[in-house]
Amino acid sequence: MKAPLQNLVSTVMRPLFTPLSAAFCLLSTCSCAGEQNLFTSIYPRFPAAPREPMEWRRSYGRAPKMIHLESNFVQFKEELLPKEGNKALLTFPFLHIYWTECCDTEVYKATVKDDLTKWQNVLKAHGSVDWLIVVVENDAKKKNKTNILPRTSIVDKIRNDFCNKQSDRCVVLSDPLKDSSRTQESWNAFLTKLRTLLLMSFTKNLGKFEDDMRTLREKRTEPGWSFCDYFMVQEELAFVFEMLQQFEDALVQYDELDALFSQYVVNFGAGDGANWLTFFCQPVKSWNGLVLRKPIDMEKRELVQRREATLLDLRSYLFSRQCTLLLFLQRPWEVAQRALELLHSCVQELRLLEVSVPPGALDCWVFLSCLEVLQRIEGCCDRAQIDSNIAHMVGLWSYATEKLKSLGYLCGLVSEKGPDSEDLNRTVDLLAGLGAERPETANAAQSPYKKLKEALSSVEAFEKHYLDLSQATIEMYTSIGRTRSARLVGKDLAEFHMRKRSPQKAESYLQGALKSYLAEGWALPVTHTRKQLAECQKHLGQVENYLQTSSLLASDHHLTEEEREYFCQEILSFARGSADSPGHKVVLPMHSFAQLQDLLFDPPNAVVHAGGILSLEMTMCSQMPVPVQVDQITVNVHFSIEKNSYRKTAEWLTKHKTPNGIIHFPAEGSPLPAAQNSLPALELSEVFERSPSDNSLSTAGIICRNVHMLLRRQESGSSLEVPSGVALEDGAHVLKCSSVTLEPGANRVAFRTQAKEPGTYTLRQLCATVGPVWFVLPHIYPIVQYDVYSQEPQLHVEPLADSLLAGIPQKVKFTVTTGHYTVKNGDSLQLSNVEAMLVLCQGENRAVIYSNSREESHTAVFRIQSSDKVTSIGLPATPAYHVIEFELEVLSLPSAPVCSGESATLGTPEPPRKQKDRQRGAPCMVTTDHKVSIDCPWSIYSTVIALTFNVPFRTTHSLLSAGTRKYIQVCVQNLSELDFQLAESNLVDTRDTANLQLTPLNVPSPQHIHSKQSVFFVWELKWTQEPPPALHCQFSVGFSPASEERLRISLKPYTYQFQVESFFTLYNVKAEVLPPVGAEYCRTGSLCSLEVSITRLADLLEVDRDEALTGSDEYFCTKLMYEVVDNSSNWAVCGKSCGVISMPVAAQATHRVHMEVMPLFAGYLPLPDVRLFKYLPHHSAHSSQLDADSWIENDSLSVDKHPDDQLDCSSMRSRGSVYSASSGEHKGLPMPRLQALPTGQVFNSSMGTQVLVIPSQDDHVLEVSVT
Amino acid sequence: MAQIAVIAKENYPLYIRSTPMENELKFHYMVHTSLDVVDEKISAMGKALVDQRELYLGLLYPTEDYKVYGYVTNSKVKFVMVVDSSNTALRDNEIRSMFRKLHNSYTDVMCNPFYNPGDRIQSRAFDNMVTSMMIQVC
Repeated sequence: MKAPLQNLVSTVMRPLFTPLSAAFCLLSTCSCAGEQNLFTSIYPRFPAAPREPMEWRRSYGRAPKMIHLESNFVQFKEELLPKEGNKALLTFPFLHIYWTECCDTEVYKATVKDDLTKWQNVLKAHGSVDWLIVVVENDAKKKNKTNILPRTSIVDKIRNDFCNKQSDRCVVLSDPLKDSSRTQESWNAFLTKLRTLLLMSFTKNLGKFEDDMRTLREKRTEPGWSFCDYFMVQEELAFVFEMLQQFEDALVQYDELDALFSQYVVNFGAGDGANWLTFFCQPVKSWNGLVLRKPIDMEKRELVQRREATLLDLRSYLFSRQCTLLLFLQRPWEVAQRALELLHSCVQELRLLEVSVPPGALDCWVFLSCLEVLQRIEGCCDRAQIDSNIAHMVGLWSYATEKLKSLGYLCGLVSEKGPDSEDLNRTVDLLAGLGAERPETANAAQSPYKKLKEALSSVEAFEKHYLDLSQATIEMYTSIGRTRSARLVGKDLAEFHMRKRSPQKAESYLQGALKSYLAEGWALPVTHTRKQLAECQKHLGQVENYLQTSSLLASDHHLTEEEREYFCQEILSFARGSADSPGHKVVLPMHSFAQLQDLLFDPPNAVVHAGGILSLEMTMCSQMPVPVQVDQITVNVHFSIEKNSYRKTAEWLTKHKTPNGIIHFPAEGSPLPAAQNSLPALELSEVFERSPSDNSLSTAGIICRNVHMLLRRQESGSSLEVPSGVALEDGAHVLKCSSVTLEPGANRVAFRTQAKEPGTYTLRQLCATVGPVWFVLPHIYPIVQYDVYSQEPQLHVEPLADSLLAGIPQKVKFTVTTGHYTVKNGDSLQLSNVEAMLVLCQGENRAVIYSNSREESHTAVFRIQSSDKVTSIGLPATPAYHVIEFELEVLSLPSAPVCSGESATLGTPEPPRKQKDRQRGAPCMVTTDHKVSIDCPWSIYSTVIALTFNVPFRTTHSLLSAGTRKYIQVCVQNLSELDFQLAESNLVDTRDTANLQLTPLNVPSPQHIHSKQSVFFVWELKWTQEPPPALHCQFSVGFSPASEERLRISLKPYTYQFQVESFFTLYNVKAEVLPPVGAEYCRTGSLCSLEVSITRLADLLEVDRDEALTGSDEYFCTKLMYEVVDNSSNWAVCGKSCGVISMPVAAQATHRVHMEVMPLFAGYLPLPDVRLFKYLPHHSAHSSQLDADSWIENDSLSVDKHPDDQLDCSSMRSRGSVYSASSGEHKGLPMPRLQALPTGQVFNSSMGTQVLVIPSQDDHVLEVSVT
Repeated sequence: MAQIAVIAKENYPLYIRSTPMENELKFHYMVHTSLDVVDEKISAMGKALVDQRELYLGLLYPTEDYKVYGYVTNSKVKFVMVVDSSNTALRDNEIRSMFRKLHNSYTDVMCNPFYNPGDRIQSRAFDNMVTSMMIQVC
């Protein structure tokens, strides 16, 4: 019998390790009862790798993962089994396998069973349930033995004995050494089982481990809890995940540890300190940076394990692990980002925990770490990848640069003199803290360690490394478009260069940074950078630039008063210092020195006559902090002549230019939107082009005068701080003001100039000189101009009121514009007298004299001398370009308006009107023109001035009759705006007919006549003998303005001449309407009779002698035509309405006419009109005023009819007009003519009579019109 | 210790307020430099639809001592906030809500008819709001 094979073989399962994680080999043992030889013989037959991945299902709903499994086998030993409280995960076997070849029941019973029982007991004792029994069957063995039981029986026995309910814990491996298909199948089944069980065991163990770990974490508030211990536990989990290639999960473990630790630090800062944390607060003694080249920094790990790690150690180790995992995960950029965060938070944490750190130690640590991370990333990425991910790395570069810089400053490597002994001691201390270089990099040509050591070793080496680093950072920032960051690094670099006394290198960086800040309007950085630049320029000896920067700084309100004063003094001392060397001048822009606020002209309209004095007051706001003595302030003036423009004439200029004279300049903007300030303002002005022939506008437009400034190419390289070639204009015209002290703030600077040539002067440049320093404002905007004009002397005479009234004294204003002529004493205006116009000289005459700009004025007395022909006005002495104004009273003698007295019949004689007046409907005043010729002292030619006077009244007359009594009525209508008083009205017969008497029927007292109103005067005309055919009358009335009490001169009365003709009544016409016979009243619609009686009142008179008169000696006859017309359509005339009658020329001769008329309306109706005409025979050569021809034609009136026959005027025509429009048709034919009798000759005695008409009875419809 | 800045579309400051004052210059530099990252982030999200755009830009960049957060309005006005790194009480959510508050207040400023867009903000209401925010942060 063979000795029982106690050789135990363990199976080691291990994940497929990547080469990097191969450092850890985790064993899981399996014990196998049975023959060691058996396993040894079978083991080589284990199918070789690769094996397909297994799906690993996980607890807590985590996603299943595919993992590779590889097993390793060790011999079973009891010591390998985990003891109670074990926290390890990978140091014990996961599965225990018992191998046996037994096929003999006896043998089984004798040895194998016992052996198995023992094995099982050991397992049970350790609580291990992960086991497997493998029965190996061998056909060869079976044959040899006779007492072999069927093989199943052994397996069954084993299953029966050991695997109660777990029959799958026993597997059969048949003929493992053969190559049959059965063997293969059996192998596969075995391996699958093996893997499944292994994984089950692993999962179970892992779950248990995780649970244990959580339990441990929950205890973290207990006093004895140690972070380091917990760290090691959770890291074990991470290791397992890492081995399973579950890097994500592994990383989570470290991140959790990281977060836990961070939270503790934060809590510590908040006063909630954990005991274990105090250990991490030990002073920092070593600062050798991160180590990322090894997958696991065992050295540091051990420190953690031994609870000896410092905060930096722990952080370094943690990060190195995170870094490793991130690199496995192909996330190098996250490494960079996390590294920056880590470095920042480490610095913060050390500060929070108040860990004592030697100065510079952290800088070293950060510097080394940055470079280490960068090198690590560069080591695993190719160039292209790095180039496209600079954004992630540049932060580290920049941080490293910053740290190196501070180390340099700390160790005195930046100062000009180099480090002193104290600096050297510090450097030695720092280097000591680095320790020895790590073996991984010891042989490399470059390493962070070497770099730092070298950089700190000497001033030169530091410079080289610092410049390299800075340059690299700037390039990187620039390449990814982070120009602002690049500028900031550049500024640091500039600072370094300044320290190293090489300002020429610093300048460009400072200029660049300044440009960028200016462009984006960041005031504080601008000021600060400018200050640095000033220092740089001072060292470089760039006088102009330095002065310019100084002036900008001196005006900078972000600086303190002392700083501003310092920079101001810099300018002033330069100005004083180089005052001796003339010729050299420094031109600087004005805006930083002083700003133009406003500008005030005197005269305010900025128009001055040639030779006049123009003063100009400017408000300059000095930006300097101290009073500055300015040698001279000059304004360059550009002169131009625009001769043809009306706008430049004296009249226009003096009247139209803005009178206030203040021009405000927009405040120079703060450096806010810098883009706008960098360009000069547009200088716009209008242009008009007139056609030369008729001066009409042909084009109008706007031109920009400084387009060359605006459209020039923006030089990209040009700096804002370099004086951009301020071109000094050398004009002949300059306004100057010397020795001015500009106090800080607003100053008023006054300029005076005498105007010379006429034209337009444009202020172009403002320049303030302080010694050789010229502050120049290259363009004054908005455009400021003043105009100089010259003017010819002129005389204007115009009425003071709107119009002059004739007959009363009126004031006329004389305006003498002296222009360039100086009025001397004795100069006078000679007015040639006009007869009808008097110049009234009363007492003292005062003239007002004022300058063209109407500023000053005074009065002067002047004298008027009148002779017969000439009135001489002595002008007061007046300088040139002044205006003399005085008023004179003139009186236009009222000339009797020539009345058209030819026709006395017309009620209103048409006054002679001007052509234009005729078009107006309203009555207009008669005008009289007087032309006055004036000789002026400045000219040999006379000035002719026309004055137009209006006659304030319009007079009409009319003849009124009452039977044979006659009245003359004169109506005076006041057309003016004034009220007058009328007195002494008088009407006289100019022919002075002997037997004629005019009896006034008027109110004797003076009468008021108000504006636009009329007054009537009536005279009765009486005569004793035969009245004359015509009467020539003259009406006169004295008038004076009602407002003035007394006039100094007596005024001539107003006269009106007219003629009255044929005023004696010849005929009396009497009409009567009688109701029909038998009726009491007239009724509408019924015919009534109209009786007309025409009675001659006088015997033959002179006026009757005309063509109509027929007969001889005693008996005369005249032909009259009557006509009944009812224009108001009250009556219908039935039958004839007109007829010719032969009237004997004898007193009381009467002619009666009977006619039928029908009233059309009821009521009191006025009688129809009866008109009487003189009927003239056709052969008369006398032309009638009436157009009677057509009438007679229309009425088919025959001339040859018997004169006694009454004309048959067609009946019922009275409603329409009897006048027909047809005319000219029979022109040339001899026709009788009608002549209206003058109104005075016919008296209608029934005028105004009314007849009562009652409505007809059968008229049921009553028309009532209501209005 | 903090700074709040409102920066115009054209990248000039509309409003800057920092406590304490001695570090003002440093803050100005910092905020100005942070515009680099703001620009980067804006151009990165330029393609996103306007209404889906997240206005909060998150942490622009950390420095040793400060954290710089950014926020950009739809009209490209930027808000930048600098807070002390040691102030661990300020999480993303707090910063976010502060920005939202700032944005609301800024909108009020813009609604003022007497305010010219583009001018420096001198509103007292805005100032008070920022002051209260500063007190909350410090």
